[in-house]
Amino acid sequence: MTSKSESAPGRVAYINARLLDPASDLDATGDVLTEGEAIADLGPGLFADGVPEGTEIVDCGGHCLCPGLVDIRVQLREPGEEHKGTLASAGRAAVAGGITSMVCLPNTLPVIDDMSAVEFVARRARLLGLTKVYAYGAITKGLEGKELAEMGMLTESGAVAFTDGVTALADAQVMRQALNYARTFDLLIIQHPEEPSLARGGDMNAGEMATRMGLVGIPREAEVIMVERDLRLAELTGGRLHFAHLSTGIAIDAVRQAKARGINVTCDTAPPYFALNETAVGDYRTFAKLSPPLRHEEDRLAVIQGLLDGTIDAIASDHAPEDEDAKRLPFAQAAFGGIGLETLLSVSLELYHNGYLPLLQVLGLLTCNPSDLLGLSAGRLKRGAPADLTLFDPDRAWRVREQDLLSKSKNTPFDYRPLQGRVLMSVVDGRRVFSRDS
Amino acid sequence: MIEDETAFSYTHRHLLGIEGLSPPEITALLDQSEGYVEQNRQADKKQGVLRGRTIINLFFEASTRTRTSFELAGKRLGGDVINMSVSNSSVKKGETLIDTAMTLNAMHPDVLVVRHPASGAVKLLSEKVNCAVINAGDGSHEHPTQALLDALTIRRRRGELSGLTVAICGDVQHSRVARSNIHLLNTMGARVRVIAPRTLIPAEAARLGVEVFHDMDRGLEGCDIVMMLRLQTERMHSNFFPSIREYFHFFALDYDNLAKAKPDALIMHPGPMNRGVEIDSEVADDYGRSVIREQVEMGVAVRMACLELLSRNLSNDISRNL
Repeated sequence: MTSKSESAPGRVAYINARLLDPASDLDATGDVLTEGEAIADLGPGLFADGVPEGTEIVDCGGHCLCPGLVDIRVQLREPGEEHKGTLASAGRAAVAGGITSMVCLPNTLPVIDDMSAVEFVARRARLLGLTKVYAYGAITKGLEGKELAEMGMLTESGAVAFTDGVTALADAQVMRQALNYARTFDLLIIQHPEEPSLARGGDMNAGEMATRMGLVGIPREAEVIMVERDLRLAELTGGRLHFAHLSTGIAIDAVRQAKARGINVTCDTAPPYFALNETAVGDYRTFAKLSPPLRHEEDRLAVIQGLLDGTIDAIASDHAPEDEDAKRLPFAQAAFGGIGLETLLSVSLELYHNGYLPLLQVLGLLTCNPSDLLGLSAGRLKRGAPADLTLFDPDRAWRVREQDLLSKSKNTPFDYRPLQGRVLMSVVDGRRVFSRDS
Repeated sequence: MIEDETAFSYTHRHLLGIEGLSPPEITALLDQSEGYVEQNRQADKKQGVLRGRTIINLFFEASTRTRTSFELAGKRLGGDVINMSVSNSSVKKGETLIDTAMTLNAMHPDVLVVRHPASGAVKLLSEKVNCAVINAGDGSHEHPTQALLDALTIRRRRGELSGLTVAICGDVQHSRVARSNIHLLNTMGARVRVIAPRTLIPAEAARLGVEVFHDMDRGLEGCDIVMMLRLQTERMHSNFFPSIREYFHFFALDYDNLAKAKPDALIMHPGPMNRGVEIDSEVADDYGRSVIREQVEMGVAVRMACLELLSRNLSNDISRNL
């Protein structure tokens, strides 16, 4: 495996590709021409009369070429906890996973609640020249859930939306004000939907597994109660509300009904919630200790249903690096979270391989949908769009192994899982930033 | 002494829990224990089967009776026993469970007896050492030797476990004793009931194969065995019941509700008892019914059997000597 960053991109012809663009419903054999940092042209038979001279040719070998993936939930750990992960390590892992844009949570040290922190992330990411990195601003100063951060000015500095990260905004009045104030500037508020007092002390999903293992359970109601409360507040204020990583059927039902009522709400989920259930924590596997916790099999199926019927708008990796010191502990003492950049596409492709969703729909959940949620310019194969591309073989088999992962922390809940579908190349702004040696 | 290998069918390296053990495995442990009961009543209690073996009692949680019981068991079999109490403060100083395990492992113990306040911690530790590990209680998960000593006590009084109705009363939510007993009794063919206020019954408890009651009179009706649990206030975060007074009023064992059980029903308690909380003093001290002291006696025999069987398995494990 190599990852490389090339200098000024010229004209590149990506030929012999299966072009997949969910936004335009395109699934056809064809070619893409990039010029500089943008897509110049694309379509079937683009080079019927031959590739123009002076154009570099990349033969895609009949594999799938789609818009670069947009991952809207990533924890970077830089600044502040670089021993767990850095912008560089996350960037390398992201491009290996076909992710060309990612959005990081503000729960760094210091918290991204002022302009300089937003600019720090943007500047560092630009210098690295790997995946494009955007930042969320904090809703409240210091993520303390009390005073609103300067959302308007943070937006001017580049914050794409607002969230208190892995902390639920618990105070209903603060949430009401956040939604109301954010509406002034048409900003999106993202909630980690978990009623904190119901989740307090909890380690995993409540139910038979927790009972057998002698662990404190977090009931599904912790999620739906926060979702239902915030839906009321969104209705009251007219603010734009987004729920991150929904994990339960009852919460997805609540969002489904709210959408039908015309409330301005969206939501996402992460691969663990449609690919794993609570049995993954059996034997006290702390790599499968996630927040929200892995749920019952019924919930996993409900998440798939939510993806299928469009209730769930996007899939995000929920990448949360934790080092050995934080994970090699008794279950109750171990940190929550799992890494996910390198497995995002492959695990999501299980939805296609298992016959639940068409391939284009899966890709839409990973490209144009999340891009549109945040108003980014990414996620589409079209003339003039940024030349952010992902080439993948939907059928190539591989097995997740801790030692093969590029992420600095190795805490994947999918360790040893056989997967089908692998990223072969990633292009960011016309530069090939990753290509996999076969 | 030539040992008949076929007579023993507990072949695991560790004893981490009861869940998953088969009836023959449990029977093997109980049969082996039985032999030590008489020996422990002799003037000369000492044997040499663990001569040269090192046993470390590693307790991350305060304990007097369990630790003493394991210590006696090891010494009576001729082993060298060391007690280590690791207070919470030294854990907070930075040494992790795994650091501690690796350090001790480097001293080549043969058996580690471990108690830890976190569920699953003993299993985690067992993965990092190459000696045998006995779980002496991990969080709210399991306490296998307690279930075995309870089973031995019952078996000696009633002949067999199969067909008995056993009521486990009290703080099932936080109790590792309850979980181990539920698994053991179900595996051996007893019928298990649990009786407690709803806040002290864990989610989907019925899925463990128990009948759930919230009323002492109804739950105790027709029972052969009444097992009381200690209220584990140290594991309770908030509001599991309003007051000790109210708990005692509705859920303590007294002569009134005991009358619903069979006339010869045995009363058990894993100790330490909270008199006036989960059990009325009169009942606890009723020598005709209460076998609480006998449980303590069986504890030593059971732990001798566990230490011996695991040591024997170690001798057969060539890979360990590499």
